[in-house]
Amino acid sequence: MLKFIGRRAIFAALTILIVSAVVFGIFSLLPFDPAALTCGQRCTDQIVEANRIRLGFDKPIYEQYWLFLSGIFLGRTYGSGSSAFSCPAPSFGYSFNENACVTNMLVEALPITISLAIGALLLWLTVGIGLGIVAAKFKNRWPDTGSSVFVLLATSLPTFVTGLALLIWVTIKWKLVPLSLSGYVSIFDNPFGFFQYFILPWITLAIAYAAIYTRFTRAALLETLGEDYIRTARAKGVGERVVFFKHTLRAVLAPLITLAGLDFAGLIGGAIITETIFNLPGLGRLTLRSVYEFDLSVVLATTILAATVVIVMNLIVDMLYAVLDPRVRIT
Amino acid sequence: MSELLRIEDLHVSFKTDDGAVRAVDGVSLTLNAGETVAIVGESGSGKTVTSLSVMGLHKKGSAQISGSISLNDGGTFKDVVSLNDEQIRDIRGRAVAMIFQDPMSSLHPYYKIGNQLAEAYLVHNPGKKKEAMARAIEMLDLVGIPEPAKRAVEFPHQFSGGMRQRVMIAMALMNSPQILIADEPTTALDVTVQAQILALLSKLKKEFNMGILLITHDLGVVAQVADRVNVMYAGRIVEEGPVDDLFYSPLAPYTLGLLKSVPRVSSKNERLKAIPGQPPSLINLPVGCPFAPRCEYKQHSSEAGCNTTKPALIGTSATHRSRCHIPEALRHDLFAKELKELQS
Repeated sequence: MLKFIGRRAIFAALTILIVSAVVFGIFSLLPFDPAALTCGQRCTDQIVEANRIRLGFDKPIYEQYWLFLSGIFLGRTYGSGSSAFSCPAPSFGYSFNENACVTNMLVEALPITISLAIGALLLWLTVGIGLGIVAAKFKNRWPDTGSSVFVLLATSLPTFVTGLALLIWVTIKWKLVPLSLSGYVSIFDNPFGFFQYFILPWITLAIAYAAIYTRFTRAALLETLGEDYIRTARAKGVGERVVFFKHTLRAVLAPLITLAGLDFAGLIGGAIITETIFNLPGLGRLTLRSVYEFDLSVVLATTILAATVVIVMNLIVDMLYAVLDPRVRIT
Repeated sequence: MSELLRIEDLHVSFKTDDGAVRAVDGVSLTLNAGETVAIVGESGSGKTVTSLSVMGLHKKGSAQISGSISLNDGGTFKDVVSLNDEQIRDIRGRAVAMIFQDPMSSLHPYYKIGNQLAEAYLVHNPGKKKEAMARAIEMLDLVGIPEPAKRAVEFPHQFSGGMRQRVMIAMALMNSPQILIADEPTTALDVTVQAQILALLSKLKKEFNMGILLITHDLGVVAQVADRVNVMYAGRIVEEGPVDDLFYSPLAPYTLGLLKSVPRVSSKNERLKAIPGQPPSLINLPVGCPFAPRCEYKQHSSEAGCNTTKPALIGTSATHRSRCHIPEALRHDLFAKELKELQS
């Protein structure tokens, strides 16, 4: 097991290194002068040149990449003398648009995105698996038909429609959830405020995923119910309820967890639409803003972060799968 | 010999979009303690459907069952057809147990062998976990699995095919049932393992004084272990009798066809003598004898009955009965001649 984790960790580090090099390479090929983007319209050539040297854009690309990498571990100081400023390790660069170290921006955005993703995950797992079970248990009867209608609606409505609809009706018309003006509060400081802040984004995000999970759970359960080992259980005299909730559900769990892990990893990269609709200052909105403003160091950092999360979640999912499915051996 | 199972005039049909499929059409048979009764037939002849009816394992709503299946449950006879779900569940695994064709897929891949066996016991003896585990290990030992205590905590994928079938047998024995239904128990196994499993079943039959209902399409298996044989075709029994009678003096043309189609070493370089044609559709059975379209002996029938009426199951002796319109004496001579040619 340790050997496996060690080997996979090395593999993960290599993958992240390659991803960062590729992203770095792409940005260096873009037809922009990164130094020119560091100041506004009233820019003079002197300021641009000074910034070029301060940020290290005058150096060759491989050296820039090296500086970027070493910054992650050692921190980085820009400029020299009295105008010098530094971003402590782990440093992912400096954003001129925001006049802030990228790491600080990530640290501010990350809890919001993680809260959004975890809440939505829990919600869609509950609803999706629950509805999937009901649909399978009452196959071709009205609960199954009802869940099909939900699935159809939820998959065909885009996030920006459900999100806006929720916002308009629940918050503005019915005033069930107050419009949050105070911004993000931590669950530890104010749990109620936290829930009020996130409930609609959670629902918005969860609806789309819950539909997929309902379909998946229903299909997987019905397929498993046709397996030979389910017939064996019945032949032993096991009751229908135990057959369903123990023998059948157990077999569906492993693939469900895999799916959930990968979907969760995708969300950490940022739920761009949901964050934008509800004005959540998370990673998705940060990425979107940085792309608009050519804030390259931020785009680079969020891309690498998203890639890292996907790789790490893959590792976790693989280990979980080995725990859940005895046929899968980790060596 | 005490009677364990008596199936009388069993009809099973399934509704489909194209009409009702009459999978079993008036089957009657009996099974006594200490004997092995085989049901032989090709795919779709209704042999598995018959056995699943005994277990009450048909999907609710899809199968329409009539007739009676009376099953000896510790001295009292119960009619499986008229029992409710809970009563059938109580019989399953306890009075009658079943092993299946494919041991590779018949065990739950996520649970340990010992727990799967113990569950069979616990279902009928709730709460007795320790006993269940002890019995699981005892049964694994009985079916010839070495180091049963160690193997009990392993998963199915750690067992070979033959070993898994032994596990399935051990599972079936957990509650010492009187009736064991073996649905093609050796079909998925290689030949050497087949022989071991058959020997094991015979040994256990004596030890537990069980009756075994053996479903198979393999006449070699039948010859090896069966006491009595029922040959099924298109949902009906076309011939029944003691195993020797069936092999040495078959009376139904279909049985003879089956015997002739067994490949022999002596018939090298010859084409296999397969029965021509296909089994009839169970949705529209022919009005006459269902086997008539494939039968090579039709011309010997005295009347034009083959195409117009279904032959009845008529006894030639107290134990040997068959369905055919051709006069019995004629069949006797005809088939004996053919068999002789076959053996020479």
